[in-house]
Amino acid sequence: MVVMAVAFILVRDLFAVIMLSGIFSLTAAALYVLMDAVDVAFTEAAVGAGIATVLGLATLGLIGAPAEKVAGRHPLGPLLLAVVTGVALIASTWNLPRYGDPAAPINRHVAPYYITESGREIGVPNIVTSVLSSYRGFDTLGETTVIFTAAAGVLALLGRRRRRPTADQAATDERQP
Amino acid sequence: MSGNPILRITAKLLLPAILLFALYVQFHGDFGPGGGFQAGVIFASAFILHALLVGVPAARKVAPAWLVQAALALGVLLYAGVGFAGLLLGGNYLDYNVLAHDPVHGQHLGIILIEFGVGTTVATAMITIFFTFADAEGAPDPAAEDEP
Repeated sequence: MVVMAVAFILVRDLFAVIMLSGIFSLTAAALYVLMDAVDVAFTEAAVGAGIATVLGLATLGLIGAPAEKVAGRHPLGPLLLAVVTGVALIASTWNLPRYGDPAAPINRHVAPYYITESGREIGVPNIVTSVLSSYRGFDTLGETTVIFTAAAGVLALLGRRRRRPTADQAATDERQP
Repeated sequence: MSGNPILRITAKLLLPAILLFALYVQFHGDFGPGGGFQAGVIFASAFILHALLVGVPAARKVAPAWLVQAALALGVLLYAGVGFAGLLLGGNYLDYNVLAHDPVHGQHLGIILIEFGVGTTVATAMITIFFTFADAEGAPDPAAEDEP
């Protein structure tokens, strides 16, 4: 995955970048399966590797393929910032509890309650589903609203162009002789 | 893409399987991995495959804009409505225990309803976004056509 991340930066062709991001998502999904998070892996494979790639390709078809190089300022400052942040993040992972440690705070807060009680209270074998839609129903309502808002935003931005393309076209043609 | 018989026939064979799998993921989410979100994306991917195959204007006939946009709003409304139903029946907002006589049955009903709401909204949102992008792509745009 590190190799892919470096390739992202180096590859200039947008088509290759979109394909790489799809492969990256699929690898991440495989990693989630190894960590026993099948629901997350499922979502990652469907959204990250599937829909995001298709949408990326649609966007690429929309804008053409402008592969011009971004004439930049000196990249040293941003690079330094990125390296420092990355090192700080990696250093802080040493303080995280070991993966799957039963004594970790995250496994001692509400997780035992969900595991022992959700079968009795909700009666659904998949604990992820009962947490997602019942215990954390507000969260999921918010997420659904976010998706609704995203689609509404796309409609508001791009959906109107279809209705009066001739007037817009005439206006742009006049401005650019 | 529609000119290639291999792609066309493979996609035709896959479409019903994808739709069926989406429904399975939707309604089997209580027992296995899955749920409204994943099912919505898979359902939408079938429509996107169809649109890639026959072109967006033809695919629009299967999923007209008014229907997709109505379902987009209805999914969120169904979710929020289940919350209000719980409120009206004497519980808290999004409390499914009061939806049926037995709390566990109420939870089942509530989860299935809201997952259906999530699935509807996610599927139609993905379809909307893709169709809108692809439509704008097909719009007469001389700047884009000049690209080699």
